[in-house]
This record gives sequence, structure tokens and C-alpha cells, in this order.
Amino acid sequence: MKKWIIYSVLFLGAVMFIYPFYWMVMASLAPSSDIASLTFLPSSFSLDSYIHMLSKIPIGRAFLNSMLVSIIVTSGVLIFSSMVGYALAKLSFRGRDLIFYIIIFTMTLPFQITLIPQYILMVKFNWTDTYLALIIPYFMNAMGIILFRQHFKTIPKDLIDAARMDGCNETHILFRILWPNSIPTLVTVGILTFMATWNEVLWPLIVIRAEKLMTMPQLVTLFAVGGRAEAQLGTKLAAAAMLAIPILIAYTFFQRYFIQSMASTGLKE
Amino acid sequence: MKSQKLTPYLMVSPYILHLGFFVLFPIVFSVILMFHRWNIISPMEFVGFQNFVKLFQDRLFFQSILNTLIFLLIHIPLQIVIALFLAEMLNQKIRLRGLLRASYFLPVVISGVVVTIVWSQLYGQDTGLLNRILVNIGLPKVGWLIDPAIAMPSIAIMATWKNVGLYVVLFLVGLQSVPPQYYEAADIDGASHWQKFRYITIPAINPTIFMVVILSTIGGFSLFIEPYIMTSGGPLNSTVSAVLYIYKQAFTYYHMGYAAALGFFFAAIIMLFVFIQRKVIERD
Repeated sequence: MKKWIIYSVLFLGAVMFIYPFYWMVMASLAPSSDIASLTFLPSSFSLDSYIHMLSKIPIGRAFLNSMLVSIIVTSGVLIFSSMVGYALAKLSFRGRDLIFYIIIFTMTLPFQITLIPQYILMVKFNWTDTYLALIIPYFMNAMGIILFRQHFKTIPKDLIDAARMDGCNETHILFRILWPNSIPTLVTVGILTFMATWNEVLWPLIVIRAEKLMTMPQLVTLFAVGGRAEAQLGTKLAAAAMLAIPILIAYTFFQRYFIQSMASTGLKE
Repeated sequence: MKSQKLTPYLMVSPYILHLGFFVLFPIVFSVILMFHRWNIISPMEFVGFQNFVKLFQDRLFFQSILNTLIFLLIHIPLQIVIALFLAEMLNQKIRLRGLLRASYFLPVVISGVVVTIVWSQLYGQDTGLLNRILVNIGLPKVGWLIDPAIAMPSIAIMATWKNVGLYVVLFLVGLQSVPPQYYEAADIDGASHWQKFRYITIPAINPTIFMVVILSTIGGFSLFIEPYIMTSGGPLNSTVSAVLYIYKQAFTYYHMGYAAALGFFFAAIIMLFVFIQRKVIERD
């Protein structure tokens, strides 16, 4: 095939994937009269949409909520699923295989079955409208356990035995000796968990009703479907842009890690 | 010595606790719940199989399942064809492969909420970009989100646009694992582009294709936020997905027992689908 055809197709593809985000940013910066006809550049730039949006919803607070929840959940998943993964990979105890099979089984279980009872559990614990509802149910992650188990199996037993001879206990071995040798797996599980938590919207919609506790995607969703944007496109798009920007910045610098991590969920199976 | 024996159990105990509270309890409780009527506030009332009788007469629920299947039927083939096409193009000897791949992948990392809000504007009837383009080249407008026959396909196209980058990357990995000698041997035998694609590439990436089918089936069955934001299920309920319907039953009307029955039934359908797909894969 001719090189120029390949390049044209590939670049046209790239434009199609990037343009809607470019349009979003331009439309959010355009005067409201411009948006209906906007294709590339607005007639002038203005921050009116952002100012209007900021006066309507506590987007800064929502950003902090999302950050707090995502960071705590990600740290929790890294600690707990590496711990379970380590026990399954390197320690021998009764019931180990059974636990492994249960983990595999739970991965095939559709969330539609547990969604409603989980909500009721939150109600009974009095956790609705608290950070606990957003954090505790996500502290453990079957995919994380599997990825850590797989990686720890490749670490030579001699390394662990030597550490035990020196009198290290198992937690010391895990966090001081294995973690520094597991950076790629930590990055993969970390990015996957952070992204999944950051982008989650169904669960927050269910368990959080107080505006000051809402996560960013939840707040932007309710703003977009509710009447509060007063049908002003620019304001909705400004809210959407605020939601996209943190990830856009992270992606610009670390795109290789994002792609590797997210592709590995598909490849590992 | 005693404490060393206990260590493994201590290490897996957080998982056991989590499993008990957030997996086993919910399964057991949802089985109990689906035989009751309950709005959370007043006491639970046992109703036997009444929820299931209601379920089998609930036309809107079956329409929501049908809508979800229509979504899958458009989304999955479209996604495989586009992803495979772009991956094949990227696999040629070209420059800037990393940059191109990163731009296809961009929508994968951005929240579905952002994507849906932006596409709601692109799909707009009078001022939306897509209809403006159509009018400019002299074609009639399309009722992207207002025509009941087109609204779900519109959502499926958007979802494909959002996810396809992930599958481009997966296919690219698959394509790069094909030994180049195969193609060289085929070149010597005078095989055409199409023959090489059909008889070397496709068999080599079959496992990837099946994986893409299963991953996007599971993803498609959880379709929720896109219709929630874009159409809230309309027009004429044509975009009510099963999860959106269950969500409304549970959290708009507080029919907890009925919603649990719907969730259980729908989960069984999903597991059946994935099971059949796996069987088909194993047979091949």
C-alpha cells in the first residue's frame, strides 16, 4: 500500500479522536452566542462559562473529594492486594487454592447482582453520605490480587529465604524487599485502581446525596442532567472540561504507563 | 513458631472480610430480597414469587434488555473492525506510531461523563456539529438522539469511539506477535494482501478477537451513564439500558425487592452469554 494513504488514514483517525476534546475546550472558552456555529476557533475568548459554572456548583470541593477518595482507595488496594497476592504466591497454608479459586470466581460475577444489597449494607452501616461508602467497598480488588500473585511467583524463593534467615518478618519481606522489586506491577495496579475510582459514577450516584461529598464525575453528571446549568451549553462544557483536565495532564506526561497498564487487563487473561 | 503459622491467615484476612461483607452477604441477601417487597423504610413483606411474576410481565424490562442487546450488536462488530483496521495500519513501517497510538487511546482514559456531555452536543439536532456537516454537504439532518430507531445506534457509535483505542493496542500486540517469516513465505508464494490478512493475520489474532468480544460484552451489559446523561432512556424508551432500568426501579421508586429480582435475572443472562461465548471459543 502507498505510504501516503496509510499516513492520511492514520492522521485522519487521530484527528477524529482528539477533535471532540479540542471542541469542548474551545466551546467552553467561547462566548455563548458562538457555540452553535463553532468549529475551530471562537470569535473571542472568555471565561464567562467557567465563572458561571463556579458560581453554581462546588467543583473545587468535588475535585478534592475525588482526589482524596482515589488516593486512599489506591493506597489501600496496593497494600491489601499485594499482601493477599504475596500470601497466595509465596506462603503455604490450608485453603490457599480454595481462596484463589474464589477470587477467580468473583471476577466473573456481574456487579448487577450485588449492587442493591451493597447499597442496603451502606444504609444499615449508616455510611451513606460519608467517605466510608466510597472507600471501604473498594479497598480490595480481585484483579490487583491476581496481578500481584502472578508477579510474586516470578521472584526467586532464595531471595525470600535469605531475608527470613536474617530475621525479617513477612510484612518486612513484602514491603521492604518485594515492593522495590515490583515497581511495574505497583504502577499497573496503581493506575488501574486510580482510574477506575476517579471515573466511577454509578456507585457515588447511589450512596452520596449531599453535594459537599460528591465526587467530580457525579457532580458534573448531576449538573449536566439537572436544570441548574439552565440550558447553557458553555457552562456544562466548562464543567466537563474541568473533569477532563486532571487526567489530560497526567496522560500527557505518563501516556506510556497508562496504555501499558490498561492494556494489561486484557492481556493477562 | 505459632505466630508464623498464623501469618498467612492474617495476610489474607482482609480479603476474607471483604468477601464476606461485599460479595457473599450481598448474594445471599439479594436472594432473600427478591422474594420480598421493601422500600427500605417500612418492614420487609414476604411476597413469594410475586416479583418474578411481575418481571415476566414487565414489557419495559424486556425492552431494556433488548435495547442493551441492540447496543452490543452494533458496538462489538464495529469496534472489532475499526480496531483491527487501525492496528493493521499502525503495524506498517511508519513513523510517529507512539504518538498516533496515544491519540487513539485518549478517549479511553477520559471519563465517560465528559465524553457523553461532549457527544450530546455533537449529536445536537440543529446546532450539532454532525448535522451541520451533513447540511453543508447537502444531505438531510439525522435525528441522532431524537429518532427512536437511531438513538441507541448513536450511543453505540459513541461508545465505540470511546473504547476502540484500547482494542487497537490489544490488536497491535497480537499483530506484532506474528512471526515475519510467515509473511515472507507468503510473499514468495505470491499471496495477495487480502490472502495474507485472511490466512495468516486472522488465525494468529483469533485469541485477541475473542478476548475483545468477551471484554466488550461484559462492558456493554453495564451500559448506564451514557443513556443516563444523554437521553435519560428516551425517545420512547428506546435507550433504556437494563442497568438504567434496574437503577430507576431501585433508586427512583425504591422497589428494592423487585430491583433485586431484576438484578439477579439480568446477571444470570450475562453469565449465560459469557458462558456460551466461552464454549464457542473452546470449540474453535
